[in-house]
This record gives sequence, C-alpha cells and structure tokens, in this order.
Amino acid sequence: MMATSNHFLQGNSSKSVRGLLRTIILLTIAAAAVSARLFAIIRFESVIHEFDPWFNFRATKYLVKHGFYSFWDWFDDRTWHPLGRVTGGTLYPGLMVTSGVIYHILRLLSLPVDIRNICVLLAPAFSGLTALAMYLLTSEMSASPSAGLLAAAFMGIAPGYISRSVAGSYDNEAIAIFLLVFTFFLWIKAIKNGSILWGALAALFYGYMVSAWGGYVFITNLIPLHVFTLICMGRFSSRLYISYTTWFALGTLASMQVPFVGFLPIRSSDHMSALGTFGLVQLVAFAEFLRSRVPGKQFQTLLFGAVLALFVVACLGLVLLSITGIIAPWSGRFYSLFDTEYAKIHIPIIASVSEHQPTAWPAFFFDLNLLIWLFPAGVYMCFRNLKDEHVFVVIYAVMSSYFAGVMVRLMLTLTPIVCVASALALSHILDTYMAADMPTASSQNGSGDVSSKGASKSASTMASLRSMRNPLVGIYSSVSKSVVTATTTAYLLLFVLHCTWVTSNAYSSPSVVLSSRMPDGSQYIIDDYREAYYWLRQNTPQDAKIMSWWDYGYQIGGMADRPTLVDNNTWNNTHIATVGKAMSSREEVSYPILRQHDVDYVLVVFGGLLGYSGDDINKFLWMIRIAEGIWPDEVKERDFFTKRGEYRVDDEATTTMRESLMYKMSYYNFNSLFPAGQAQDRVRSSRLPAEGPQLSILEEAYTSENWIIRIYKVKDLDNVGRDHASAVAFEKGHKKKRAAKGRGPRVLRTE
Amino acid sequence: MAKKPAASSASTSSRPSSKQPSSSTTTTNTSSAQSASKPNPASSSLSSSSSNSLSSKSGPQAIALHIWNDYVQNTPPRTFLLDAFMAFLVVIGGLQFLYAILFGNYPFNAFLSGFCAAVGQFVLTASLRMQTVEKLPKGASAEARKAASAAAAAAVKRNEGSGGEAGAEVDGGAPRVSSERAFADYVFGSLILHGFCVNFIN
Repeated sequence: MMATSNHFLQGNSSKSVRGLLRTIILLTIAAAAVSARLFAIIRFESVIHEFDPWFNFRATKYLVKHGFYSFWDWFDDRTWHPLGRVTGGTLYPGLMVTSGVIYHILRLLSLPVDIRNICVLLAPAFSGLTALAMYLLTSEMSASPSAGLLAAAFMGIAPGYISRSVAGSYDNEAIAIFLLVFTFFLWIKAIKNGSILWGALAALFYGYMVSAWGGYVFITNLIPLHVFTLICMGRFSSRLYISYTTWFALGTLASMQVPFVGFLPIRSSDHMSALGTFGLVQLVAFAEFLRSRVPGKQFQTLLFGAVLALFVVACLGLVLLSITGIIAPWSGRFYSLFDTEYAKIHIPIIASVSEHQPTAWPAFFFDLNLLIWLFPAGVYMCFRNLKDEHVFVVIYAVMSSYFAGVMVRLMLTLTPIVCVASALALSHILDTYMAADMPTASSQNGSGDVSSKGASKSASTMASLRSMRNPLVGIYSSVSKSVVTATTTAYLLLFVLHCTWVTSNAYSSPSVVLSSRMPDGSQYIIDDYREAYYWLRQNTPQDAKIMSWWDYGYQIGGMADRPTLVDNNTWNNTHIATVGKAMSSREEVSYPILRQHDVDYVLVVFGGLLGYSGDDINKFLWMIRIAEGIWPDEVKERDFFTKRGEYRVDDEATTTMRESLMYKMSYYNFNSLFPAGQAQDRVRSSRLPAEGPQLSILEEAYTSENWIIRIYKVKDLDNVGRDHASAVAFEKGHKKKRAAKGRGPRVLRTE
Repeated sequence: MAKKPAASSASTSSRPSSKQPSSSTTTTNTSSAQSASKPNPASSSLSSSSSNSLSSKSGPQAIALHIWNDYVQNTPPRTFLLDAFMAFLVVIGGLQFLYAILFGNYPFNAFLSGFCAAVGQFVLTASLRMQTVEKLPKGASAEARKAASAAAAAAVKRNEGSGGEAGAEVDGGAPRVSSERAFADYVFGSLILHGFCVNFIN
C-alpha cells in the first residue's frame, strides 16, 4: 500500500489508479463499519436484541412463511388479546420485505441462510451501504475527494449511528438511515442536474424510506424547506422546478402506496409544508415564465406581490382547513418536538419511552466525540461557498441539531450531517497542510506512517490533486505541515479508540441477555429473560394469555409465542391504561380486570435481587400515570408517594403502594431469601418491610434464576364461592376471622 | 394516454428554432427573441413587432395582450404541442376535482390517483418543456449555440462518467441536457408515475 501511494504521490499515476485506490479504501471502510458492529455476536451469540426487533423478527418469519399477500392482510389475533391488531396495515413493511427478498435471493443462489441470521446481520450490512452513500453525498458537497472518504469513515464508526445498527438490532432504523442518506444524495444530485431522472430516483428511494420508517417525515419537511429557502434567496431556477416537482409528484404517490401511511400525505399537517411548497413552486415558475416575456419593472413587482398574496391566502386556507378538521392536526409526537413539556402533560405514553426524552449534553460528546466540535466549522465552510447543496447542509444541520436536542432518538438523524460537515472541515485542514506543493516528500512520508484507517489514505489522495490544481497557495514550512498533520492524525486515532470503546461497552448489549463481571473478573451471563420465556413456551397452553407491561409484549410474542394483552406497538392507549390499572390497584379491584381479559399468567420483571435497574417497580410510575389518564378517580399518582413526596418501597411506603398488585408480585416471597428482617432491594437500595406481601388472587408459577422474571398464575374462582382473600386465610388456618370484613369482591360472582 | 402524440413529436424535431410559427417575422428575428428573458432593448423592439412598445404604464389588458402575442409568435410548434397537452391536463384535473366536489369523492383512491396522475403528468411535461426550451441561450448566435451544445454534451458526458462534479452548471441556468436525454427522463418519470397510479387506483 505504501509503495503504491508513494508512486502515486509523485504524480505519475493515472486516474484509474486513483479510482482503484478510492474503491479499495471505500471497501475497507465498509468492512470496518460492518465488523465494528459484530461485538454482540462475538460476545454473546447471534440473537435479536431489545424489544421492537423481536416484533420485526416475528413479522419477518410470518412473511417468509406465508408469503407476501397474506403478510399484507395479516390480522394478528395473538396480540392485544381481546382486540387483535391489523398488523399488515399498521406497520412499516420495508424492513421485513427487504430481509424477505434477501432471504429468497440467497436461496435462489442455493445459499440457504437461516432467516434469523439474515435479520441479525441486516443492520451491519446496511451500515456498510450507508458509508458508501455517505461518500456519494459528501462528494457532491466538496470538490476535494478526501471529504467523501472521511465522511464515509466517520459514518462507518460514529457511535451515534452504531447505537441503532449493531448486529441483532433488527429495527427500522437499520435500513432507514441508509435510505435517508441515499435519498438526500439523490436529491442533491437532482437539484444540481435538474433532471427528471434523478428526481424520480429520489422519489423512488423516498418511497422506500416511507415504507421503512416513520422518520420519513423528516425528509418530507426538509426538502421543501430547502426549496423554500432557495426561492427566498432568489435562486429559483428550472433545475429547482424540475427536481422538486418531480420528486413531490412521484414521492407523494409512492408514499401513499404504503397502507399504514395511506392518505396521510394529503390529510395530515406534517405533510402540508411539502404541498404548500409545491404550489408555491408552480406559481413562481409561472411568474418566471411571464417575466421572461414582459419587460417593465413595475409589472414584475406587481407579479411578485400577487404571488406573495396567494401564498398568504394559501397559508390562511391551510389554517382554516386544520381548524375545521379536514386536515388532521399534527400528531402528538410532533407537538412534543416543539414543546418538550407537552408529552409529559398530555400523552404519558409517549413521554414514558426513554428514547423520547430530551438529550443530555454529554450524550452529544459521547455519541459524536471529535465530530461535534468539527461540526460548526464544517457548517461555516458551507457558508463560504454557498451553493444550492451547501444551503441544504446548513438547513439540515440547523433542523437536526434542534431535534436531536429534543429527543434522544433523533440523534440518529443528526449523525449523518455531522459526519458530512466535519469531513468537510477536516478535509480542508488536511488539504491545506498536506499539500505537496514543494517536493517535501519527507513530511508526506512522516504523516503517512502515523495515520491509520481511511483517513491517511484519503488525505494523501487529496493532497496530490490539490497540488496540481493550485500550486501557488499553501503552507511551505514542512515543520508546520508535519505538526498539524500529526495532531490531526492523533485526534483521528483517538476518535477511533473512542468509537470502539463506546461500541463495545455501551451499544453492544442485546439487553435480552445480560452480562456482568464476577468478583474474580470472569464473565457471568444472565439469561433470565430467555429462560423464563422458554418456560412459558414449554409449560403453558398455546393460547394462554400473558399479561405484562407493554415493554415485554413483543418479546413474549416473539420468544414465548403466547398471546399478550399489550405490546410495544402502543396503538391503544386505553388498553394499556387498563393493564396499568390492574397493576396499580388492590387485588380485589385487579381480579375482575384480569378475569375480563382472560388473563392466565401475569409476568413482572424484578431486579431487586440482582440490582437490575430497568425493572417494573422503576417503570411503575408510568403505569400509574397512564392509568390515571383514563381513570383519574380510581388511580391517583399522589397516593403512591409518601407524605414527603418520596417514592419508597420500604417500611415507609404508602398503603396504596404496598397493596398494589405490582408491589405484591415483585416482593412476594422475597423475604424468604434473606434472614428475617434483612431483605434488601438492591436497585432502590432500601430494606424491605419485615413481613412480605401476601397474594391471594395469584399464585407463583415460576421465578427465573436471578429473580428477574417472575410469572404468576391467575387463580380460578373459588370452588365454594368464597372470595380469594378468605380462601387463603382459611387455608392458613385463620378460620373465618377476616371474611367478616367482606370487602367488595363478592360482586364478582355476578359475572 | 393522450400524452403519446405530444411527447413523441417533442422528441422528433431536434432544434426548436428550425420551424417558424408565424410567417411574418424573419428567421433571425425569432431566433434572437426566442427566450428574451432580459429586457434587452434590441430584442424586445424586434420581437414585439405586433404589439409595439410596451410602456410600463400600460394597463393590464395591454400587458396580457402583449404576452399573448409574444407567446403566439415566438413559440415553436413542438412547444405548442406540449403546452396544449398541459392545458388538456389542467382541464382533466379540474374536471376531476369539480366532480369530487359536486358528487362526492367516494372511491377516494380512484379520485386521488386520477388527480395525481393529471398533476404529476403536468409537472413532468412542464419540466420537459423547460429542459427543451431553455436550451437556447439568450440572444443566441449560431456560434454561441454551438458552444452551448458542446458544453451540454460535455456536461452530459461528465454526469454519466464519474459521479458528476459541480461543473455541470453553465452560467447559472439549467445544465444543458440534450433533448433526447430529457425525453428519456420524461418517459422514465411518466412510467413510474403511471405505475404508481395503477397500483393505487384499486
């Protein structure tokens, strides 16, 4: 490699050598991007991660097994138990169809690969493609070929993107980010060339993106904003008209092909900016057409006045239509983008998802490291050379910075533009300082030795090109050259180190399988989830209904293959609130709810023994809040806090808390593990009451090895017609002492 | 499917200035005023031979008349066909919309795809028109035109070659696209459009 580049630096190489080098570098980057994401497979095994991927996996299996058309019409009666879910019409099918197609192509090539492995490895494979798309996009922005290569390398290893695309993270984002970047590339291409072809291609990929991820709305709004800004800057041209109208006309139709999206593009306010800009572009184009035929300044101003007036009228009409309800109002998630408190007040179900929380400042540095401070420099560079495509970068940068600050999960849309901008900045530095104007081969060699990865190679590629172009300007002292280059290289090396560290430590845990370190340093695998789900699969009837909090719905459906009441789809808030109410009420209140929903087993996650903090007691407050949203009279958040406003589980916990079903299920029999009075909850680090809770309507069915998952069976009605509390009391030998109290449950018998 | 005749005629004639719409003006006259986008005194005085000297104070009627005359005189027949097709699409779209308002939009899919097909075809045709008409630079002499077409060929070659660099842009306007290429693009876009419409119509 070194020999090649030396030869190449002397300027003897032809264009083809440079092209070959570039291809090799790109392939290396793609390979690095793929392999950086395989930590999870190496550490654990080829397993689907987290929650949503389990549903996608299940849907993909259904697609592969039953074919496309029955997948399209799939009505799933094994989720949302009494209701069912029209799954085929309420999902983004892009991901499943993609892996289904890959599966069939591989079989056609007589390479029968298990569908699970395809699903696990889909995200890394597509991240390799994302790196390539990134190269194309950035190459459009800058004349220097190093910028594209740098951007591709950054995109390949930036933790902000890796967080959603490690092997096994089989989620919509896995392919959506590639589609996002590629659609933007095609859009830039279209607006540069003003050709219908590129616009139509952009529309096609936009359609693919729509079928893959709800985040397509970002594109839907960003491109019109770009066009609108260009028009306001007086940069209207036929290129703009051709590319935008083609994209919009075809893209809107394409997006309406997805059943889940349906008529949204013409109904919901999220899409109205695109429509408005479309109208505006038509008007401006017509005005331009007239202007070209009419001399006279007055007329022009008149015309533009008319255009402006029309625009205002259109805006007013839009507002009117929104108010009268013809156009659907903005969806809740989008309100929460502008008013971060909105979700907390109005839609607890959205606020309860951790990835919808506002981003903490350190997260930016954690996810982007060195890129985040190169980012503003890159945006500034765009201002220096403000062509149409640079305007796009600036707009994208501003919008996505804001959104990333509002919602953790939108860090994902910020990452591409950060990579573009910082690659622009860095390539400019390297262009300036590594230019071989004078025959200073020594400094070149020195820098070439130190640098690693794609950066050095790309830098050297660029250096020679630059030198040929403008041989006059440049830094001539080899000292300053080598110092700056060495520093930059060191930073890049640090960045690589950071990325690897973050990936291996923070983002490669499947969260289905946990691991921890024993005191002696050896690895200890905690596999409670799969253990418990497998127990369910083996020991319960095929149609036993499992109630759990919605977080675990997809996993139960995917791993245990049992019907659930609620799952991560969260389409029916009331149903979730019902589960929340059952969890947060007294046993006597919960029992009718359980009976009415045919619940056979209740599953809770409890981390008190192990110190696993993502357990149900910590999520309990959200259950209470969501239930309170529907039944403000029966469930009150205040009752679960002590008088001093603390959320406690120990002796001082409120009565409501201690009588809630969730509390009882979590701590049932927990005392028996410890010497009397010593029971300790390691998550909340508090000592539990000496006497453990008593359960009468449920019986413990299964508790996993580390007590993370506890499954309870719902008791049938009592044979003799007693309520459960007195039946339990009777069996314990208390005779009929407590039956005299006669709390409500007799009402039950009426059903 | 009414698009076929208009579109194919657009492709067959290669140079828009080769045929003259009206016999009154001379050839040099029209080619220079082909797309007089700037208030160039010489060209405007030449082109507006019928509705002479449009002053900035003339009323809207005079302006409209001037525009119409200018349009009728200086539009090559090929572009006329495109314009007629566009007008036809506007009428079709308008009729569908009117129907939806008057009689309800019950098969909403069908209405939507019909309407979208009209709108989409309209913008595609408008794009084609822009690409084919704007190829003549302002105040074009034969040499300038030749240079422009050479630049266009170079630009096209560059685009097809290596990812296309920023150079495709010539003097701020649209990059020169040959009319064959423009028409191929147009067919491609129309195919996709109608494919989606047929799929969507139920």
